[in-house]
Amino acid sequence: MRHILSLLLENESGALSRVAGLFSARGYNIESLTVAPTEDPSLSRMTIVTSGSDDIIEQITKQLNKLIDVVKVVDLTEGNHIERELMLVKVRASGKDRDEMKRISDIFRGRILDVTDKTYTIELTGTGSKLDAFIEALDKTAILETVRTGASGIGRGDRILKL
Amino acid sequence: MELTEGQLAELTGAEIVSRCLAEEKVKFVFGYPGGAVLPIYDELGKQDKVKHILVRHEQAAVHAADAYSRCTNEVGVALVTSGPGVTNAISGIATAYMDSVPMVVITGQVPTHAIGQDAFQEVDTVGITRPCVKHNILVKNAADIAPSIKKAFYLASTGRPGPVVVDIPKDITIDKTNYFYPKTVELRSYNLVTKGHSGQIRKAVDLVLNARRPMIYTGGGIIWGNASDLLAQLVRSLGYPCTNTLMGLGGYPATDPLFLGMLGMHGTYEANMAMQNCDVLLAIGARFDDRVIGNPAHFAQEARKIIHIDVDPSSISKRVKVDIPVVGDVSEVLKELLAQIGEMKRKPDPVALKAWWSQISEWRSRDCLRYENSDQVIKPQSVVEGVYELTKNKETYVTSDVGQHQMWAAQFYKFDHPRRWINSGGLGTMGVGLPYAMGAQFAHPDATVVCITGEASIQMCIQELSTAKQYRLPLKIINLNNRYLGMVRQWQEFFHGNRYSESYMDALPDFVKLAESYGHIGMKIEKPSDVLPALEEGFARKDDLVFMDFLTDQKENVYPMIPGGKGLSEMILV
Repeated sequence: MRHILSLLLENESGALSRVAGLFSARGYNIESLTVAPTEDPSLSRMTIVTSGSDDIIEQITKQLNKLIDVVKVVDLTEGNHIERELMLVKVRASGKDRDEMKRISDIFRGRILDVTDKTYTIELTGTGSKLDAFIEALDKTAILETVRTGASGIGRGDRILKL
Repeated sequence: MELTEGQLAELTGAEIVSRCLAEEKVKFVFGYPGGAVLPIYDELGKQDKVKHILVRHEQAAVHAADAYSRCTNEVGVALVTSGPGVTNAISGIATAYMDSVPMVVITGQVPTHAIGQDAFQEVDTVGITRPCVKHNILVKNAADIAPSIKKAFYLASTGRPGPVVVDIPKDITIDKTNYFYPKTVELRSYNLVTKGHSGQIRKAVDLVLNARRPMIYTGGGIIWGNASDLLAQLVRSLGYPCTNTLMGLGGYPATDPLFLGMLGMHGTYEANMAMQNCDVLLAIGARFDDRVIGNPAHFAQEARKIIHIDVDPSSISKRVKVDIPVVGDVSEVLKELLAQIGEMKRKPDPVALKAWWSQISEWRSRDCLRYENSDQVIKPQSVVEGVYELTKNKETYVTSDVGQHQMWAAQFYKFDHPRRWINSGGLGTMGVGLPYAMGAQFAHPDATVVCITGEASIQMCIQELSTAKQYRLPLKIINLNNRYLGMVRQWQEFFHGNRYSESYMDALPDFVKLAESYGHIGMKIEKPSDVLPALEEGFARKDDLVFMDFLTDQKENVYPMIPGGKGLSEMILV
C-alpha cells in the first residue's frame, strides 16, 4: 500500500543521504522524496512516498526514527491529509494543436508559464494521479519534456507536524 | 598550561582532541599514525593521561578498541588517519556496529580546502562509514571539535550502543580556538527511552506467570545493559529455563542447571526445542536473527505468545511478530518486572512447570554436544574443554575468531560471567581474535586472556603478534589447526556434495617459528595425549605470549546444526 511519510530532520549536510541510504540499504521503495528547509532554518521537512505492507511501513518508520538527524516522523496516510505535487510540462504547440493544448491545460487548471511560437510550458499542481491523468490526456508525441517535484503532504485540520 | 574546569583557553584543534579524550577518562587509544593525524599524534605524545597503543594495521586498532569496550563498561577509542587508514578501519567499525559496541573512532581527514579535490589519502569518510555507524560527524571547524567529541561519546554509549565516527580535517587540528568541554549534550532528535511502559510490563507479568511451557531467551542486550544479575534473579525466582544467544553468553551462568545452553544454528537440542515448543517466550535484549531462530516462517508455525524487551524499537517485530513489546533499558524493565512479580504473590503452576522440565530433560538426554574422543587425532572440542578446566576458576577472557572453532568455544567453554566472551557475532569477521585478545588484556592486565582461533582466521590479523610483543601482552593463543576453512568445508560436505572448493589451507606457515620470529613462545601439539600437558605448560608461562598450534581432526563437524532456511526443530544431530 502507498504511504506518505512526513519527516522533520536537522537541516545538516548529510541528513538527506542518511535517509536515502537507509532506504537503499534495507531494500525499501522510494516513489518520491522532496525536501526543503522549514520556516525554522535549522529544520528541514521531507515528504517520502513509499509503498509496502504494514510491517514494512512500521519498520521504515522505526528505522527513520533511529537516525540521529531525524526529529519526527509521521505517516500522513494514517489520517486525513492533503497531497500536492507540481509538474512542469513543455509541449509542442504549433499549428492546429496549439489551441487544443491550451484547452486541455485549462481543463486541468494548468498555467502556461512560457510561450514560444512552437511550445508551451505548462505548470500543473495536484495529486500525483491528477498529474498522471494530464499526461495521459496529452498526445504523447506532443510532450517535449516533463519535470515533477514529487509529492509534498500535510495533515488536514488540527493534524500538525511541528516540534 | 593546566586548566581548571570551565576555564577558556586558546588551544589548537589537536590539543582539544587530546584534552577531550582525557575529559572522557579514556585510558587507551588504539591507533596508527599518518599524514592527516600528525598534529593529533604530536599532542598525544606530549601528555600521559591517555595511552596510545600502536597496532600494525588499522583494522586491529578498531577491533582492539571494540574488545576493550566489550570487556569493560567503557567506550573504546580508535584513531586512524585519512584515506587508507579509514578503509582499513571499516571492517572493525562494521563489526562493532553489528554487535552494538559503544566506540568512538576518530579519523583524520584531508584539510577542509582539499575535501572533494581527490586529494592524496582522501576518502569520503562519512559517506563510506554511514551504513555501519550509529552516527558520524564531519567536523568543519576547530570550535566544533569539542562538542562533536562530546556528542560522539554520548551517542556511542547511550540507548542501543554503537560506533560513532568523528572525522577531523587536518587544518582544523592546527587552527586555534577557545576550548570548553561541554558537560552535557542536548539533542532534540534523540530521545532515550529508559523505563518500560508499566501497562505493558503488567501484561508481560501476567503472561509469564500463566505460562505452562515458559522459555527465557536473552541476547547481547543483557550484557550491554549490565542486567545479568537481574536476569539471574528473575530466572531463579521463576525456575524457568533460560538460553543465551552467541552474543549473550555469560549473561546467565552457563553452569546453572536452569541454563539450556546456547540456542541457534549451532545451539543445543534442548534450547532449540524449548524455543520451538514453549507457550510463552520472554525475549530480552535479543533480536531473533537468522542464525538464532532460522526461518521465521517455521518459527511462527507454533502457537506461542512472545514478550520482547529491547532498548531499540526497531528490533521489535522486525523478523518475528511479537505480542507484548516493551521498549526500554533492559535493567530498568527487569527491575520493574521483578517488582511487579513480587507484588503478585502468585507462583507459576508447579504441575505444568514440572511436566515442562521433564520434557526438557528428555531433550537434554540426547546429549547433543557429545563427541567421540580419539587417541589417534586431537578432537578440537577436547582442547576447548581442556582450556575451560584450566581457566574456569580464574578471571579469564576468551576471544575467538570466526568459524568452527568459534562455535566449539561457545559450546564447550562455560561462561558464568558477562563480558568474558568476546567474538564477532553479527558480522562474523575473521581476524578479530588476536586484536580482541589485545584489547581484553589492556583492559584486564592481570587476567588470563585466551584467543581460541583457527589457522585461517589467525592469519587475517597475524601482524598483531608484533603489537603483542611491543606491549608484552601474555596472551594464550589456541590455534585449532585443521588445515581447512573448517566451517566452509563443513558446509561443502553437507550442501555441496563434498566438493571442497578452495577451502583447503595450503602452504601454512610453521606457526611455532612464526611465533618465535615475533619473539613469542611457539608450541606444536599433534597427539591427543599431549593436549592437557601442553595446555598446562602453556598457561603456566604467565609472562609470555604462547602460541599453541594444535593439529586437530580435519573432518570434525560442529553439531547440532540447523541448515540455512530451516526451522529451529530441524537440527542435524551428531
